[in-house]
Amino acid sequence: MTWVNDVLQGIFLGGAYALTAVGLSLMFGVMRLVNLAHGDLAVCGTYLVTTVMAALGVPLWAALLVMLPLAFCAGALLQLLLFDRALRAGPVAPLLVTFGLSVMIENLLQQVYSANTRGVPAGSLDVAALHAGGLVVPWLSALKLILALVVIGGLSALLRLTAWGRRVRATSDDVAVARLQGIRVRPLFASVTGIALGAAALAGTLNSVTTGVDPALGALTLIFAFEAVIIGGLGSLWGTLLGGMLLGVTQVVVAQVSVPYATLASQLLFLAVLAVRPTGLLGAAQAG
Amino acid sequence: MATGRPGKPLASVAAPPRPAAAGVPVSRWSRAATVTTAAAGAALVLLAAAPYLVGAGVTQPLVTLFLLVSMAVLWNLLAGYAGMLSFGQQAYLGIGAYAVYLVSKGGVSPFAAIGGGAVACAVAAVPIFALLRRLTGGYFAVATWVIAECLFLYVTNQQWIGGATGVGLQQLSSMSPVLRQAYTYWAALVVMAVCVAGVYLLVRSRFGLDSRAVHDEPAAAAAMGVEVGRTRWIGYVLAAAGAGAVGGVLIVSTLYTDPGTVFSVNYSADMLFMVVIGGLGTMEGPVIGAVIFFAVQQEFASYGAWYLVAIGAVAVTVVLTAPGGLWGLAARRGWSLLPVGYTVLPGAASRPPEPPVLARGDDPPEPPDAPGRVPSSRGQGAPPATRGGTDATRGGTDE
Amino acid sequence: MSTLSVRGLDAGYGDFQALFGAGLDLASGETVALVGANGAGKTTLLSAIAGALRPWAGAITVDGTDITALPDYQRARAGVVLVPEGRRLFGSLTVEENILIPVTGRGAGPWPLEALYELFPIVAARRSHRAALLSGGEQQAVAIARALAANPAVLLLDEVSLGLAPAVVDTFYGVLPRIQASGVSILLVEQDIDRALAASSRVVCLLEGRVALAGDSASLDPGALIAAYFGSAAGPGADPVVRA
Repeated sequence: MTWVNDVLQGIFLGGAYALTAVGLSLMFGVMRLVNLAHGDLAVCGTYLVTTVMAALGVPLWAALLVMLPLAFCAGALLQLLLFDRALRAGPVAPLLVTFGLSVMIENLLQQVYSANTRGVPAGSLDVAALHAGGLVVPWLSALKLILALVVIGGLSALLRLTAWGRRVRATSDDVAVARLQGIRVRPLFASVTGIALGAAALAGTLNSVTTGVDPALGALTLIFAFEAVIIGGLGSLWGTLLGGMLLGVTQVVVAQVSVPYATLASQLLFLAVLAVRPTGLLGAAQAG
Repeated sequence: MATGRPGKPLASVAAPPRPAAAGVPVSRWSRAATVTTAAAGAALVLLAAAPYLVGAGVTQPLVTLFLLVSMAVLWNLLAGYAGMLSFGQQAYLGIGAYAVYLVSKGGVSPFAAIGGGAVACAVAAVPIFALLRRLTGGYFAVATWVIAECLFLYVTNQQWIGGATGVGLQQLSSMSPVLRQAYTYWAALVVMAVCVAGVYLLVRSRFGLDSRAVHDEPAAAAAMGVEVGRTRWIGYVLAAAGAGAVGGVLIVSTLYTDPGTVFSVNYSADMLFMVVIGGLGTMEGPVIGAVIFFAVQQEFASYGAWYLVAIGAVAVTVVLTAPGGLWGLAARRGWSLLPVGYTVLPGAASRPPEPPVLARGDDPPEPPDAPGRVPSSRGQGAPPATRGGTDATRGGTDE
Repeated sequence: MSTLSVRGLDAGYGDFQALFGAGLDLASGETVALVGANGAGKTTLLSAIAGALRPWAGAITVDGTDITALPDYQRARAGVVLVPEGRRLFGSLTVEENILIPVTGRGAGPWPLEALYELFPIVAARRSHRAALLSGGEQQAVAIARALAANPAVLLLDEVSLGLAPAVVDTFYGVLPRIQASGVSILLVEQDIDRALAASSRVVCLLEGRVALAGDSASLDPGALIAAYFGSAAGPGADPVVRA
């Protein structure tokens, strides 16, 4: 029965990875922008939540409600002021700019908050779990999966059913022609980045509840998010969910055999997918 | 451009006239280059004498500077010339360091083992590149990062090489500190000299021309017979070997290494900053960038990580406003201390002046293009999409 | 007052100049054919008018309003709509979504969705299919429908017959009179001279970036057109502008 539990834990972990990755996937799918600062921005959002909680004395969910619109605005501003210019500056510039940004954020957080791990208190949510017939379902883990499904499902619906979503998809197909049809691309991209950062900050916060947050977490967060996107396939939000699941399950299953190598196993899975099928499992056919 | 007047038969389609064959003198050198190389040679001699002239208070920081220059020059070989942005060179720093540890445990002098570190990295780079070779852009960059992370995770769990705690280099404990520091200094100087000279000669060679062609337009280069795969492979392996040597000097210099430090992506961040600020895609740029980075680090590291935030901000600004870096600003005026290209000598041509076909000296791309991108006649800079994401004018040449 | 007026347009790509002082007029409801050899600058001219390419000099006026400084995404709202060379549909969108995309600043116009489906039955039949899966001719119909959905004052058609079977091209030219009847002014780039002359009231011929000829389609001297199209033996720039 334990392997069922393990797979379940892996799926929950995958949900967490997917929630972290969905913003990265969205930005890449729409703008062809690999935001290497994604992980650090998620960590930044987490720190912001802890600051709000400490400053206003409010519980986690309230601080999240405050932080999410802020994250959206921050994302939109970043896009308008920085990423737009980077996209216009050629194929290499976005990588250099986002990587530089990630280093800046990490070191800034380290200076402001210190390099020590900072807790993210969540009250009873931290340990509450459902026990059912030998299975243990921690509410927090389930919540991450549920939110991943809600966010990905919601985004998919928005993309498929709304005029905004139609314009986003058109722009991601062909920016130049989209502009010629009268679509204002800059506000569109800003809204996309805003959503991406909001999702990232939400994911980062929830992921830090049990383990705490520290400035160096951003790099690993980015790597897992990137891997989930690649394994699942670019241009596919549900693919990102699948990719996250595969990463999570691999990690938990290997951990049963050897804990130290669990993380390495996920990395190797990623490298294997990259070697064999770089477009990912559900991805549109676009080479690197 | 129209290939011929419509309605008129084209003249026989011959290859464009080669300047040299037509008797137009072409130069690959310049007086400034002579002065520079002479000065560099003199500086090298002077620096080699340093351990006799100054104490460890000067030579130790110089070791750091030499290694920074080496790392910058190598990273630029990959990113600026070969067009491969790597955030994983720290993998080879680590392999080099651990290789020196292992080899010297077998009785070889650690200084000699540095060469072994370079070889070990060259060997390791072959299968690693097999994994990476089909990737470009962000995929390549993050994949290199992940590979370094894999090495970190692996080494951290291998107790026979110290695990997370790391390893110490015992073999040098019997050597007097003065002698050890001198040897370390010379090792760093040699590594830097070899890296700079090696990269320079490489970029000036056939390989250099091929890799820049591949960087700019892989399809066109392949159509001209350039072996794209082989060119990228050579560049990657050599950069790995160089990084291995740097890693070897690192462990010799600090007498200790641990996976968390040596496999850290912070090294890649440093390399990126040095090269971007100094001038991506030029020979002089990385050296300048390394010197600046070194100076800032020495001066401001005591204030904490703020200096990294500031350098990061500068690098980001440079990418967006002056993509050629500091040296790019100078090169735009025609300055070139270490030319890698071909120049038609003035007054020699009887043809009407044309825009230069080959890079003059080694100018970075004209503004407002991105680092490493040659100006094309394809109109405004396009977003990086490959699926129809460029200007509608892309199809607008009426061809 | 012309619907579209272009004066003294210089434009190019990087260092390369493709248009030298090009100019033309398009009256309301008129169809003008734009012809010329490959490399003459036809697509460049259309791109400049549509805003995809920023001209180096010159002025573009629509219904008396100078739009030269307007960015591309506002040209459609101003009533200037381009059907790009090669269709350039949004491949991952359905046919109907493609047609619903354009943002118009000029109100609904004579081409609501139903009217477009009636104009192009083949588009109606494939309305829920992804645009990337359509044949060339079907895509061309969708591209034109998409442009009409923007309620253009000026419709720019760039090589609509390119790569299409003659039967398909016939269908398009069969439908063109109905489009013309709705009052839109059309600038039609077409390689097939006969079709171009038959469908237009006036023709402009470009040669190496300059207007080499402008005249009535019906009364055009074939010799003059050939001279303007191919240029004379004297070399580029030596040709006088021929007015037929």
